[in-house]
Amino acid sequence: MIKCQECDAEIKVPSDSIEGEIVTCPDCGASYELVKSSDGLGIKPAQVVGEDWGQ
Amino acid sequence: MRQEEEEVQSNQSSLSSSNLSDKSLVILYDSIRWEEKALYEAAIKKGIKVENVNCKNLAVNLNDRNSKYRGQVVLQRSVSYFKNVHSTAALQGLGARVINPLHAAVMCGNKLYAHMELEKAGIKTPKAVAAFSEESAIAVLEKIGYPAVIKPTVGSWGRLIALLRDKDAARAVIEDREHMFPLYQVYYFEEFVKRPPRDIRAIVVGDRVVAAIYRYSGEGEWKTNMALGGHAEKCPVTSELEDICLKATKAVNGHIVGVDLMESNSEGPLVHEVNNTTEFKNTVRVTGIDIPGLMIDYVLGQGK
Repeated sequence: MIKCQECDAEIKVPSDSIEGEIVTCPDCGASYELVKSSDGLGIKPAQVVGEDWGQ
Repeated sequence: MRQEEEEVQSNQSSLSSSNLSDKSLVILYDSIRWEEKALYEAAIKKGIKVENVNCKNLAVNLNDRNSKYRGQVVLQRSVSYFKNVHSTAALQGLGARVINPLHAAVMCGNKLYAHMELEKAGIKTPKAVAAFSEESAIAVLEKIGYPAVIKPTVGSWGRLIALLRDKDAARAVIEDREHMFPLYQVYYFEEFVKRPPRDIRAIVVGDRVVAAIYRYSGEGEWKTNMALGGHAEKCPVTSELEDICLKATKAVNGHIVGVDLMESNSEGPLVHEVNNTTEFKNTVRVTGIDIPGLMIDYVLGQGK
């Protein structure tokens, strides 16, 4: 189970998720990037927009 | 790299890619959005060996003549403009076949550059002017009149785009820009095009427009960016639309692009942007076309 680093809510990671994908906490809306961890996939806070992002 | 050289390299790579016994693809990304995941899944479904490479983790020796990227097909999906252009330059320089190539990345990423390429190719665009100081910006606006639209030369999703209805509004925006990064002191103004409250996003894959949508402005919003709450509807791909979009794609040496058009009441369709890392989630949702599958086929030279 992965818990939101902001509000401690449970974040469900679908079984077809891949490294690098963005997941969002259903409770507080915080966004995380899925990263490889020792026991499968973990999360780290995601960059959701950059000044030069687009298209 | 010059456009002609890129085309030669691209054609050569296209031939070699169709002969790949072990078809492999690198998807270069910096954020896996719906589009990147759909491309990855489409490649897997087709039995292609695909590797997602996070641009943030990319470290390449720029002098490596035996780089593992030599001859590698790379689908460039980095959403960061600066990472996109520079990683394309690096990998293409090492011999990768990057789609879209560097010329397209440079031209599409800058509204002024793209405007000039489209203009040279005889494609109708919104009328635009450029000025390079606060004084010359105000002076040129006095000359072309209001309203006018100010756009950063680099940027997306409608950010820092403003409708200048009069001189006071222009002064306020331009004064702010004088305190920003020097790029924002390159003043690029477009006419405010009288048009229906929508624009068109057409997805080009190789020599075909595979799908198009109308993007309607959100409530109380004059910009049509989906990121600003607009909605989308299917747009028929007419021969006129296809002709304009393919010319625009060729003008920037693009392969897989999203062409944005406005329907001017007086001038007809005007191309206002060509996107080299186009989003297509809404286009798939509205049209039902398998755009990721078509892109993967094209990238590996299997189909058009």
